[in-house]
Amino acid sequence: MTSAAAWGTWPAVLAVLGVGLALGVLVAAVDRAVLSGTGVRAGAEVLRSGTRLLTEQRRTTLAPDPLLWRLGTASVPVLALLSLAVVPIGGRTLLSTSADLVWFNAMEAILWAAVWLVGWGPNAVHALTGGYRFLIQGLSYELPLMFALITVGLGAQSLRTTEVVAAQGGLWFVVTMPVAFVVFLASAAAFAFWGPFAAPAGPDIAGGVLSELSGVDRLLLELGRAVFLGASAAMAAALFLGGDAGPWLPGPVWQLLKTVALVVLLVVVGRRSPLIRPDRIVEIGWMVLIPATLLQALVVAVLVLTGFYA
Amino acid sequence: MLTDVSGWTVAAVIALGGLSVATGIVVFVVDSMARATFALLASFLAVASILVALELPYLAFVTALMMTIEMAIMAVFMVMFMMNPAGLMPMTMVHNPRGSAVLGAGVFTVLTVGIWTIEWPTRRGEPPADSTVQLGEAIMGSHMLVMLVIGVALFATIIAGTVLATARGRYDRFGADLDAAAPDDPVPGGLPR
Repeated sequence: MTSAAAWGTWPAVLAVLGVGLALGVLVAAVDRAVLSGTGVRAGAEVLRSGTRLLTEQRRTTLAPDPLLWRLGTASVPVLALLSLAVVPIGGRTLLSTSADLVWFNAMEAILWAAVWLVGWGPNAVHALTGGYRFLIQGLSYELPLMFALITVGLGAQSLRTTEVVAAQGGLWFVVTMPVAFVVFLASAAAFAFWGPFAAPAGPDIAGGVLSELSGVDRLLLELGRAVFLGASAAMAAALFLGGDAGPWLPGPVWQLLKTVALVVLLVVVGRRSPLIRPDRIVEIGWMVLIPATLLQALVVAVLVLTGFYA
Repeated sequence: MLTDVSGWTVAAVIALGGLSVATGIVVFVVDSMARATFALLASFLAVASILVALELPYLAFVTALMMTIEMAIMAVFMVMFMMNPAGLMPMTMVHNPRGSAVLGAGVFTVLTVGIWTIEWPTRRGEPPADSTVQLGEAIMGSHMLVMLVIGVALFATIIAGTVLATARGRYDRFGADLDAAAPDDPVPGGLPR
Protein backbone atom coordinates (compact mmCIF):
# COMPACT_ATOMS: atom_id res chain seq x y z
CA MET A 1 0.00 0.00 0.00
CA THR A 2 1.33 3.46 -0.87
CA SER A 3 1.63 6.21 1.69
CA ALA A 4 -0.91 8.21 -0.35
CA ALA A 5 -3.46 5.44 0.14
CA ALA A 6 -2.58 4.96 3.82
CA TRP A 7 -2.31 8.57 5.02
CA GLY A 8 -4.25 10.47 2.37
CA THR A 9 -2.76 12.13 -0.71
CA TRP A 10 -1.85 15.52 0.73
CA PRO A 11 -0.27 14.31 3.99
CA ALA A 12 1.80 11.84 1.96
CA VAL A 13 2.92 14.52 -0.51
CA LEU A 14 3.73 16.87 2.37
CA ALA A 15 5.71 14.08 4.04
CA VAL A 16 7.85 13.70 0.89
CA LEU A 17 8.32 17.48 0.65
CA GLY A 18 9.23 17.77 4.33
CA VAL A 19 11.57 14.79 4.31
CA GLY A 20 13.17 16.04 1.09
CA LEU A 21 13.86 19.51 2.48
CA ALA A 22 15.11 18.01 5.76
CA LEU A 23 17.46 15.69 3.85
CA GLY A 24 18.72 18.64 1.81
CA VAL A 25 19.44 20.69 4.92
CA LEU A 26 21.06 17.64 6.53
CA VAL A 27 23.39 17.10 3.56
CA ALA A 28 24.29 20.80 3.40
CA ALA A 29 24.86 20.99 7.16
CA VAL A 30 27.05 17.87 7.28
CA ASP A 31 28.93 19.19 4.26
CA ARG A 32 29.52 22.54 5.96
CA ALA A 33 30.48 20.86 9.24
CA VAL A 34 33.02 18.59 7.52
CA LEU A 35 34.46 21.48 5.52
CA SER A 36 34.72 24.06 8.28
CA GLY A 37 34.70 21.96 11.45
CA THR A 38 32.01 24.15 13.01
CA GLY A 39 29.97 21.21 14.32
CA VAL A 40 26.34 21.81 15.26
CA ARG A 41 26.39 25.49 14.27
CA ALA A 42 26.70 24.37 10.63
CA GLY A 43 22.94 23.71 10.48
CA ALA A 44 22.13 27.29 11.45
CA GLU A 45 24.72 28.58 8.98
CA VAL A 46 23.12 26.61 6.15
CA LEU A 47 19.67 28.02 6.94
CA ARG A 48 21.11 31.53 7.22
CA SER A 49 22.92 31.41 3.89
CA GLY A 50 19.81 29.89 2.30
CA THR A 51 17.67 32.74 3.58
CA ARG A 52 20.24 35.24 2.39
CA LEU A 53 20.03 33.79 -1.13
CA LEU A 54 16.24 34.15 -0.97
CA THR A 55 16.51 37.89 -0.44
CA GLU A 56 19.44 38.43 -2.81
CA GLN A 57 18.84 40.35 -6.00
CA ARG A 58 18.84 38.28 -9.15
CA ARG A 59 21.62 38.94 -11.64
CA THR A 60 21.12 38.34 -15.32
CA THR A 61 23.33 38.13 -18.39
CA LEU A 62 23.34 39.60 -21.87
CA ALA A 63 20.77 37.91 -24.17
CA PRO A 64 19.98 34.85 -22.04
CA ASP A 65 17.28 32.31 -22.87
CA PRO A 66 15.14 33.01 -19.81
CA LEU A 67 12.53 30.32 -20.48
CA LEU A 68 14.99 27.45 -20.75
CA TRP A 69 17.21 28.84 -18.00
CA ARG A 70 14.40 29.13 -15.43
CA LEU A 71 12.95 25.80 -16.52
CA GLY A 72 16.27 24.04 -16.00
CA THR A 73 16.89 25.68 -12.64
CA ALA A 74 13.43 24.92 -11.29
CA SER A 75 13.54 21.34 -12.57
CA VAL A 76 16.54 20.34 -10.46
CA PRO A 77 14.85 20.50 -7.01
CA VAL A 78 11.55 19.24 -8.48
CA LEU A 79 13.28 16.16 -9.93
CA ALA A 80 15.09 15.57 -6.64
CA LEU A 81 11.78 15.60 -4.76
CA LEU A 82 10.13 13.41 -7.42
CA SER A 83 12.92 10.84 -7.08
CA LEU A 84 12.07 10.73 -3.37
CA ALA A 85 8.53 9.59 -4.27
CA VAL A 86 9.73 5.98 -4.58
CA VAL A 87 11.94 6.06 -1.47
CA PRO A 88 10.25 4.48 1.57
CA ILE A 89 9.30 6.98 4.27
CA GLY A 90 7.96 5.26 7.37
CA GLY A 91 7.92 1.98 5.43
CA ARG A 92 5.73 3.34 2.62
CA THR A 93 6.45 5.06 -0.69
CA LEU A 94 4.36 7.87 -2.17
CA LEU A 95 4.30 6.14 -5.56
CA SER A 96 4.41 2.38 -5.86
CA THR A 97 4.50 0.91 -9.33
CA SER A 98 6.06 -2.27 -10.66
CA ALA A 99 8.97 -0.13 -11.95
CA ASP A 100 10.01 2.03 -8.98
CA LEU A 101 13.74 1.63 -9.62
CA VAL A 102 13.27 2.77 -13.23
CA TRP A 103 11.38 5.82 -11.95
CA PHE A 104 14.32 6.75 -9.72
CA ASN A 105 16.67 6.29 -12.67
CA ALA A 106 14.41 8.31 -14.99
CA MET A 107 14.31 11.29 -12.62
CA GLU A 108 18.09 11.30 -12.58
CA ALA A 109 18.13 11.02 -16.39
CA ILE A 110 15.82 14.03 -16.82
CA LEU A 111 18.37 15.86 -14.66
CA TRP A 112 20.72 15.63 -17.67
CA ALA A 113 18.40 17.91 -19.61
CA ALA A 114 17.87 20.21 -16.62
CA VAL A 115 21.58 20.73 -15.88
CA TRP A 116 22.42 21.23 -19.55
CA LEU A 117 19.68 23.88 -19.73
CA VAL A 118 21.09 25.62 -16.65
CA GLY A 119 24.38 25.73 -18.51
CA TRP A 120 22.83 26.82 -21.82
CA GLY A 121 20.36 29.39 -20.49
CA PRO A 122 22.58 32.29 -19.42
CA ASN A 123 24.41 32.55 -22.78
CA ALA A 124 27.77 32.42 -20.98
CA VAL A 125 30.80 30.34 -21.84
CA HIS A 126 31.68 29.04 -18.37
CA ALA A 127 28.13 27.94 -17.64
CA LEU A 128 27.88 26.17 -21.01
CA THR A 129 31.22 24.41 -20.45
CA GLY A 130 29.83 23.17 -17.14
CA GLY A 131 26.71 21.87 -18.89
CA TYR A 132 28.80 19.95 -21.42
CA ARG A 133 30.98 18.52 -18.66
CA PHE A 134 27.86 17.24 -16.92
CA LEU A 135 26.78 15.35 -20.05
CA ILE A 136 30.25 13.81 -20.51
CA GLN A 137 30.21 12.74 -16.88
CA GLY A 138 26.70 11.38 -17.33
CA LEU A 139 27.81 9.14 -20.20
CA SER A 140 30.41 7.67 -17.84
CA TYR A 141 28.30 6.96 -14.75
CA GLU A 142 24.88 6.23 -16.30
CA LEU A 143 25.47 2.62 -17.42
CA PRO A 144 27.22 1.51 -14.18
CA LEU A 145 24.35 3.13 -12.24
CA MET A 146 21.77 1.28 -14.34
CA PHE A 147 23.57 -2.03 -13.83
CA ALA A 148 23.73 -1.38 -10.08
CA LEU A 149 19.96 -0.77 -9.98
CA ILE A 150 19.30 -3.82 -12.19
CA THR A 151 21.39 -5.95 -9.82
CA VAL A 152 19.17 -4.89 -6.93
CA GLY A 153 16.03 -5.68 -8.91
CA LEU A 154 17.51 -9.03 -9.88
CA GLY A 155 18.25 -9.98 -6.27
CA ALA A 156 14.82 -8.87 -5.07
CA GLN A 157 12.99 -10.29 -8.13
CA SER A 158 11.08 -7.00 -8.19
CA LEU A 159 11.56 -3.37 -9.19
CA ARG A 160 9.21 -2.17 -6.43
CA THR A 161 11.13 -0.46 -3.63
CA THR A 162 9.00 -1.85 -0.79
CA GLU A 163 9.48 -5.37 -2.13
CA VAL A 164 13.23 -4.79 -2.41
CA VAL A 165 13.25 -3.83 1.27
CA ALA A 166 11.12 -6.87 2.15
CA ALA A 167 13.46 -9.17 0.18
CA GLN A 168 16.32 -8.25 2.52
CA GLY A 169 14.71 -9.92 5.54
CA GLY A 170 17.44 -12.55 5.73
CA LEU A 171 20.52 -10.70 4.53
CA TRP A 172 21.18 -7.11 3.53
CA PHE A 173 21.96 -6.74 -0.16
CA VAL A 174 25.17 -4.85 0.60
CA VAL A 175 26.73 -8.21 1.62
CA THR A 176 26.26 -9.83 -1.79
CA MET A 177 26.26 -6.60 -3.85
CA PRO A 178 29.15 -4.49 -2.51
CA VAL A 179 30.18 -3.31 -5.99
CA ALA A 180 26.64 -2.18 -6.83
CA PHE A 181 26.45 -0.38 -3.48
CA VAL A 182 29.66 1.58 -4.02
CA VAL A 183 28.75 2.37 -7.66
CA PHE A 184 25.31 3.59 -6.59
CA LEU A 185 26.76 5.98 -3.99
CA ALA A 186 29.45 7.21 -6.38
CA SER A 187 26.84 7.77 -9.10
CA ALA A 188 24.74 9.74 -6.60
CA ALA A 189 27.69 12.07 -6.05
CA ALA A 190 28.16 12.21 -9.84
CA PHE A 191 24.60 13.18 -10.74
CA ALA A 192 24.58 15.75 -7.94
CA PHE A 193 27.92 16.90 -9.51
CA TRP A 194 29.38 17.05 -6.06
CA GLY A 195 32.63 16.09 -4.32
CA PRO A 196 35.10 14.35 -6.65
CA PHE A 197 32.58 14.69 -9.50
CA ALA A 198 32.07 18.46 -9.13
CA ALA A 199 33.85 19.31 -12.40
CA PRO A 200 30.63 20.71 -14.01
CA ALA A 201 30.70 23.33 -11.24
CA GLY A 202 34.49 23.40 -10.94
CA PRO A 203 36.51 26.42 -9.85
CA ASP A 204 38.61 26.17 -13.05
CA ILE A 205 35.58 27.34 -15.03
CA ALA A 206 34.50 29.92 -12.43
CA GLY A 207 31.76 27.71 -11.00
CA GLY A 208 30.54 26.25 -14.30
CA VAL A 209 26.78 25.73 -14.36
CA LEU A 210 26.56 27.68 -11.09
CA SER A 211 28.59 30.62 -12.34
CA GLU A 212 25.73 32.84 -13.53
CA LEU A 213 23.18 31.81 -10.91
CA SER A 214 22.26 34.19 -8.12
CA GLY A 215 19.54 34.64 -5.55
CA VAL A 216 16.65 32.23 -5.63
CA ASP A 217 17.95 30.45 -8.76
CA ARG A 218 21.17 29.54 -7.00
CA LEU A 219 19.23 28.46 -3.92
CA LEU A 220 17.01 26.17 -6.04
CA LEU A 221 19.97 24.52 -7.74
CA GLU A 222 22.02 24.05 -4.56
CA LEU A 223 18.92 22.75 -2.79
CA GLY A 224 18.22 20.35 -5.64
CA ARG A 225 21.77 18.96 -5.49
CA ALA A 226 21.57 18.50 -1.72
CA VAL A 227 18.11 16.88 -1.88
CA PHE A 228 19.32 14.54 -4.63
CA LEU A 229 22.27 13.47 -2.47
CA GLY A 230 20.02 13.00 0.56
CA ALA A 231 17.39 11.10 -1.45
CA SER A 232 20.11 8.86 -2.88
CA ALA A 233 21.43 8.13 0.62
CA ALA A 234 17.89 7.24 1.74
CA MET A 235 17.44 5.11 -1.39
CA ALA A 236 20.78 3.36 -0.79
CA ALA A 237 19.70 2.61 2.79
CA ALA A 238 16.51 1.04 1.43
CA LEU A 239 18.12 -0.86 -1.45
CA PHE A 240 21.29 -2.15 0.19
CA LEU A 241 21.05 -1.77 3.98
CA GLY A 242 17.68 -3.40 4.62
CA GLY A 243 15.69 -0.15 4.86
CA ASP A 244 13.87 -0.01 8.17
CA ALA A 245 15.04 -3.44 9.41
CA GLY A 246 16.89 -3.54 12.73
CA PRO A 247 16.53 -4.75 16.31
CA TRP A 248 15.00 -2.92 19.35
CA LEU A 249 14.32 0.46 17.74
CA PRO A 250 11.22 1.16 15.61
CA GLY A 251 11.62 0.87 11.81
CA PRO A 252 11.58 4.56 10.82
CA VAL A 253 14.33 5.29 13.37
CA TRP A 254 16.53 2.63 11.75
CA GLN A 255 15.82 4.04 8.30
CA LEU A 256 16.77 7.51 9.58
CA LEU A 257 19.94 6.26 11.30
CA LYS A 258 21.11 4.42 8.19
CA THR A 259 20.35 7.41 5.98
CA VAL A 260 22.24 9.80 8.26
CA ALA A 261 25.16 7.37 8.44
CA LEU A 262 25.28 7.16 4.63
CA VAL A 263 25.11 10.97 4.30
CA VAL A 264 28.03 11.33 6.73
CA LEU A 265 29.97 8.61 4.89
CA LEU A 266 29.31 10.24 1.50
CA VAL A 267 30.33 13.70 2.68
CA VAL A 268 33.41 12.62 4.65
CA VAL A 269 34.74 10.44 1.81
CA GLY A 270 33.62 12.85 -0.93
CA ARG A 271 35.22 15.88 0.67
CA ARG A 272 38.50 14.03 1.22
CA SER A 273 38.75 12.86 -2.41
CA PRO A 274 40.36 14.95 -5.11
CA LEU A 275 38.34 16.21 -8.06
CA ILE A 276 38.38 13.74 -10.97
CA ARG A 277 38.41 15.31 -14.41
CA PRO A 278 35.51 14.21 -16.68
CA ASP A 279 37.89 12.90 -19.37
CA ARG A 280 39.38 10.58 -16.74
CA ILE A 281 35.98 9.47 -15.43
CA VAL A 282 35.01 8.34 -18.95
CA GLU A 283 37.80 5.76 -19.09
CA ILE A 284 37.33 4.64 -15.48
CA GLY A 285 33.57 4.28 -16.04
CA TRP A 286 33.80 2.29 -19.25
CA MET A 287 36.92 0.21 -18.60
CA VAL A 288 36.48 -0.53 -14.89
CA LEU A 289 32.99 0.20 -13.61
CA ILE A 290 30.91 -1.32 -16.43
CA PRO A 291 32.75 -4.69 -16.38
CA ALA A 292 32.73 -4.64 -12.56
CA THR A 293 28.97 -4.00 -12.34
CA LEU A 294 28.30 -6.60 -15.06
CA LEU A 295 30.28 -9.17 -13.08
CA GLN A 296 28.36 -8.13 -9.97
CA ALA A 297 25.07 -8.71 -11.82
CA LEU A 298 26.34 -12.10 -13.01
CA VAL A 299 27.24 -13.16 -9.46
CA VAL A 300 23.82 -12.10 -8.19
CA ALA A 301 22.08 -13.85 -11.11
CA VAL A 302 23.88 -17.10 -10.27
CA LEU A 303 22.96 -16.67 -6.60
CA VAL A 304 19.32 -16.14 -7.61
CA LEU A 305 19.39 -19.37 -9.64
CA THR A 306 20.85 -21.29 -6.69
CA GLY A 307 17.96 -20.06 -4.53
CA PHE A 308 20.23 -17.99 -2.27
CA TYR A 309 17.73 -15.12 -1.88
CA ALA A 310 14.63 -17.28 -1.59
CA MET B 1 -12.43 -1.03 -27.52
CA LEU B 2 -12.57 2.26 -25.65
CA THR B 3 -15.04 0.82 -23.16
CA ASP B 4 -12.25 -1.21 -21.54
CA VAL B 5 -10.65 1.85 -19.96
CA SER B 6 -12.08 4.43 -17.59
CA GLY B 7 -13.27 7.87 -18.65
CA TRP B 8 -10.36 9.47 -16.80
CA THR B 9 -7.88 7.42 -18.79
CA VAL B 10 -9.49 8.44 -22.08
CA ALA B 11 -9.51 12.11 -21.03
CA ALA B 12 -5.85 11.92 -19.93
CA VAL B 13 -4.78 10.22 -23.16
CA ILE B 14 -6.61 12.84 -25.27
CA ALA B 15 -5.14 15.75 -23.27
CA LEU B 16 -1.60 14.36 -23.24
CA GLY B 17 -1.85 13.39 -26.90
CA GLY B 18 -2.86 16.95 -27.69
CA LEU B 19 0.05 18.22 -25.62
CA SER B 20 2.52 15.96 -27.44
CA VAL B 21 1.25 17.13 -30.83
CA ALA B 22 1.32 20.79 -29.73
CA THR B 23 4.90 20.57 -28.44
CA GLY B 24 5.77 18.67 -31.61
CA ILE B 25 4.51 21.62 -33.66
CA VAL B 26 6.49 23.99 -31.43
CA VAL B 27 9.66 22.22 -32.62
CA PHE B 28 9.12 23.73 -36.08
CA VAL B 29 8.01 27.15 -34.84
CA VAL B 30 10.81 28.20 -32.50
CA ASP B 31 13.96 29.75 -33.89
CA SER B 32 16.50 28.25 -31.49
CA MET B 33 18.02 24.80 -31.72
CA ALA B 34 17.99 24.36 -27.93
CA ARG B 35 14.31 25.25 -27.75
CA ALA B 36 13.47 22.96 -30.67
CA THR B 37 15.31 20.05 -29.02
CA PHE B 38 13.63 20.50 -25.67
CA ALA B 39 10.20 21.04 -27.23
CA LEU B 40 10.72 17.63 -28.83
CA LEU B 41 11.69 16.25 -25.41
CA ALA B 42 8.47 17.72 -23.94
CA SER B 43 6.57 15.90 -26.69
CA PHE B 44 8.27 12.61 -25.79
CA LEU B 45 7.58 13.13 -22.09
CA ALA B 46 3.89 13.68 -22.91
CA VAL B 47 3.91 10.35 -24.76
CA ALA B 48 5.57 8.73 -21.71
CA SER B 49 2.76 10.17 -19.59
CA ILE B 50 0.22 8.55 -21.93
CA LEU B 51 1.89 5.22 -21.15
CA VAL B 52 1.49 6.00 -17.44
CA ALA B 53 -2.22 6.66 -18.01
CA LEU B 54 -2.45 3.30 -19.78
CA GLU B 55 -0.86 1.64 -16.70
CA LEU B 56 2.36 0.62 -18.40
CA PRO B 57 4.79 2.09 -15.83
CA TYR B 58 7.96 0.32 -16.99
CA LEU B 59 7.55 1.36 -20.63
CA ALA B 60 6.63 4.89 -19.54
CA PHE B 61 9.66 5.43 -17.29
CA VAL B 62 12.05 3.81 -19.75
CA THR B 63 10.68 6.05 -22.52
CA ALA B 64 11.22 9.15 -20.38
CA LEU B 65 14.72 7.99 -19.42
CA MET B 66 15.89 7.05 -22.90
CA MET B 67 14.37 10.04 -24.65
CA THR B 68 15.81 12.54 -22.18
CA ILE B 69 19.33 11.16 -22.48
CA GLU B 70 18.91 10.99 -26.24
CA MET B 71 17.69 14.59 -26.53
CA ALA B 72 20.43 15.88 -24.21
CA ILE B 73 23.10 14.22 -26.39
CA MET B 74 21.29 15.28 -29.56
CA ALA B 75 21.24 18.90 -28.38
CA VAL B 76 25.04 18.82 -28.21
CA PHE B 77 25.39 17.58 -31.80
CA MET B 78 22.60 19.74 -33.22
CA VAL B 79 24.11 22.85 -31.69
CA MET B 80 27.51 21.76 -32.99
CA PHE B 81 26.42 21.11 -36.59
CA MET B 82 23.51 23.51 -37.08
CA MET B 83 24.08 26.89 -38.62
CA ASN B 84 23.15 29.64 -36.19
CA PRO B 85 22.26 27.33 -33.30
CA ALA B 86 21.41 29.91 -30.68
CA GLY B 87 18.72 31.69 -32.65
CA LEU B 88 20.47 35.04 -32.67
CA MET B 89 19.40 35.27 -36.32
CA PRO B 90 16.22 33.68 -37.66
CA MET B 91 16.57 29.91 -37.94
CA THR B 92 14.03 27.41 -39.15
CA MET B 93 13.65 23.68 -38.71
CA VAL B 94 11.43 23.50 -41.80
CA HIS B 95 12.90 22.49 -45.14
CA ASN B 96 11.03 21.82 -48.38
CA PRO B 97 7.77 23.10 -46.82
CA ARG B 98 5.48 22.30 -49.79
CA GLY B 99 6.69 18.72 -50.22
CA SER B 100 6.59 17.97 -46.52
CA ALA B 101 3.10 19.49 -46.17
CA VAL B 102 1.80 17.23 -48.96
CA LEU B 103 3.53 14.22 -47.45
CA GLY B 104 2.28 15.00 -43.92
CA ALA B 105 -1.31 15.55 -45.04
CA GLY B 106 -1.20 12.33 -47.09
CA VAL B 107 0.11 10.22 -44.19
CA PHE B 108 -2.42 11.82 -41.83
CA THR B 109 -5.28 10.98 -44.20
CA VAL B 110 -4.16 7.38 -44.70
CA LEU B 111 -3.73 6.81 -40.97
CA THR B 112 -7.04 8.45 -40.02
CA VAL B 113 -9.00 6.55 -42.64
CA GLY B 114 -7.28 3.35 -41.62
CA ILE B 115 -7.91 3.82 -37.90
CA TRP B 116 -11.60 4.58 -38.30
CA THR B 117 -12.45 2.03 -40.99
CA ILE B 118 -10.43 -1.01 -39.91
CA GLU B 119 -12.24 -3.83 -38.15
CA TRP B 120 -10.32 -3.92 -34.86
CA PRO B 121 -10.12 -7.32 -33.20
CA THR B 122 -11.90 -7.68 -29.89
CA ARG B 123 -9.77 -8.28 -26.83
CA ARG B 124 -9.16 -11.86 -25.81
CA GLY B 125 -8.06 -12.41 -22.22
CA GLU B 126 -7.61 -9.88 -19.46
CA PRO B 127 -5.04 -7.11 -18.86
CA PRO B 128 -2.31 -8.50 -16.58
CA ALA B 129 -2.07 -7.53 -12.94
CA ASP B 130 1.57 -6.55 -13.47
CA SER B 131 2.41 -5.37 -16.97
CA THR B 132 6.14 -5.19 -16.12
CA VAL B 133 6.32 -8.92 -15.40
CA GLN B 134 4.39 -9.67 -18.58
CA LEU B 135 6.72 -7.47 -20.61
CA GLY B 136 9.77 -9.14 -19.10
CA GLU B 137 8.41 -12.58 -19.84
CA ALA B 138 7.64 -11.61 -23.43
CA ILE B 139 11.10 -10.14 -24.00
CA MET B 140 12.93 -13.03 -22.35
CA GLY B 141 10.57 -15.70 -23.71
CA SER B 142 8.46 -15.66 -26.84
CA HIS B 143 10.16 -12.57 -28.32
CA MET B 144 13.69 -13.32 -27.19
CA LEU B 145 15.03 -14.09 -30.66
CA VAL B 146 13.83 -10.84 -32.21
CA MET B 147 15.03 -8.81 -29.20
CA LEU B 148 18.48 -10.43 -29.38
CA VAL B 149 18.71 -9.80 -33.13
CA ILE B 150 17.69 -6.16 -32.65
CA GLY B 151 20.16 -5.78 -29.78
CA VAL B 152 23.08 -7.20 -31.72
CA ALA B 153 22.14 -5.18 -34.83
CA LEU B 154 21.99 -1.94 -32.82
CA PHE B 155 25.28 -2.70 -31.12
CA ALA B 156 26.93 -3.49 -34.46
CA THR B 157 25.58 -0.21 -35.82
CA ILE B 158 27.05 1.73 -32.90
CA ILE B 159 30.46 0.09 -33.35
CA ALA B 160 30.38 0.57 -37.13
CA GLY B 161 29.36 4.21 -36.73
CA THR B 162 32.17 4.84 -34.27
CA VAL B 163 34.72 3.11 -36.52
CA LEU B 164 33.60 5.19 -39.51
CA ALA B 165 33.58 8.42 -37.52
CA THR B 166 36.94 8.15 -35.80
CA ALA B 167 39.99 9.29 -37.69
CA ARG B 168 42.36 7.28 -35.51
CA GLY B 169 42.82 3.54 -35.72
CA ARG B 170 45.02 1.05 -33.90
CA TYR B 171 48.06 1.92 -36.05
CA ASP B 172 47.82 5.51 -34.83
CA ARG B 173 47.61 4.30 -31.25
CA PHE B 174 50.15 1.48 -31.19
CA GLY B 175 52.48 2.36 -34.09
CA ALA B 176 52.95 0.83 -37.56
CA ASP B 177 53.99 -2.53 -36.11
CA LEU B 178 51.42 -2.43 -33.32
CA ASP B 179 54.27 -2.92 -30.87
CA ALA B 180 54.07 0.24 -28.73
CA ALA B 181 53.93 -0.57 -25.04
CA ALA B 182 51.41 2.18 -24.31
CA PRO B 183 48.86 3.66 -26.76
CA ASP B 184 49.52 7.18 -27.98
CA ASP B 185 46.21 8.92 -27.27
CA PRO B 186 45.44 12.64 -27.53
CA VAL B 187 43.33 12.40 -24.36
CA PRO B 188 45.21 10.69 -21.54
CA GLY B 189 42.22 9.01 -19.88
CA GLY B 190 41.95 7.95 -16.27
CA LEU B 191 43.75 4.63 -16.07
CA PRO B 192 47.51 4.10 -15.71
CA ARG B 193 49.26 3.49 -19.03
